[in-house]
Amino acid sequence: MNEIVEDAENPEANAKKIMYINRRAPYGTIYALEALEVVLIGAMFEQDVSVVFMDDGIFQLKKNQDTLALDVKNFSPAFRALETYEVEKLYVEKESMQARGLSCEDLLVPVLELSSIEIAELMEQQDVLLNF
Amino acid sequence: MLHTVNKSPFEKTSLDTCLRLVRTGAVILLIEDAVYAATKNTVIEAKIKRALTQNRIYVLGPDLDARGLQDSEIIDGIEVVDYGGFVDLAGEHRNVQSWF
Amino acid sequence: MSIEVNGNVFETDEEGYLATLSDWSPDIAAAMANEDDCDLGDNHWEVINFLRNYYEEYQIAPAVRVLTKAIGKKLGADKGNSKYLYELFPYGPAKQACKYAGLPKPTGCV
Repeated sequence: MNEIVEDAENPEANAKKIMYINRRAPYGTIYALEALEVVLIGAMFEQDVSVVFMDDGIFQLKKNQDTLALDVKNFSPAFRALETYEVEKLYVEKESMQARGLSCEDLLVPVLELSSIEIAELMEQQDVLLNF
Repeated sequence: MLHTVNKSPFEKTSLDTCLRLVRTGAVILLIEDAVYAATKNTVIEAKIKRALTQNRIYVLGPDLDARGLQDSEIIDGIEVVDYGGFVDLAGEHRNVQSWF
Repeated sequence: MSIEVNGNVFETDEEGYLATLSDWSPDIAAAMANEDDCDLGDNHWEVINFLRNYYEEYQIAPAVRVLTKAIGKKLGADKGNSKYLYELFPYGPAKQACKYAGLPKPTGCV
């Protein structure tokens, strides 16, 4: 059995490793917005959070989004607010980026670009994986 | 880790992403429309056979039955499980990743 | 619901939050505060202006914990605590201050 030992002296030691995995483009479906809201609300619980963007999820971070003519909310600026919520581990999968002809300069927020092998390794270390 | 996939490989890239992110020794379970990936003589077959050299692959029997797919049509090396087997697989792994 | 300020009527939701962000003016904030028996002083305006700037940049209203921390960073530690903010906005700093700032109601608890 995995015993969870509470360590009152060191709250960081109690933090669960939670990874959000985003694989859907924005606006076409509600997944991206839902994920963002869950990340923002979940940030209140001060866990060890990371957010991964792969497949079409990469498109959520594309610069210059303008939804004025669509009459839906452009939620992309909120990705830059993640830092103020102390959600600082943002990763993109290199293979997904290359497949879509994107580089980090095309994205509206600083991210760490990791290979699928590196992301697979991180996934293995998580307590919770949440998919959107 | 247990990876589940539920989308047809002919329509979505969920299976490709799963195979890219799956580590050696991890287990893959094909459910719902992903069970078509388990069938012989498709453009997907080679990919599945390659994965079988590093990962155990299971497919959910009730989803095969519903789609008229019989055991003889399934790639050798893929194991068919029922709902109880699905639960056992989930219980054996600390984490489940669903590629949907 | 609506609120009347200087002879103009502005639409609000059922909790009194301004329906259209661009309708906002300091007079509307003061009128909303007035309805709550609250007199807006410089300390209130510091928070309201901070919220408007935050929203302008990120298009979301910050959660109260984020607000508290950011206020402390920007305006000093004596102001970056919930006691100070609750004294200014007894109905909850995020909720009440966001309302006066013309922002949508923040998601989350407080």
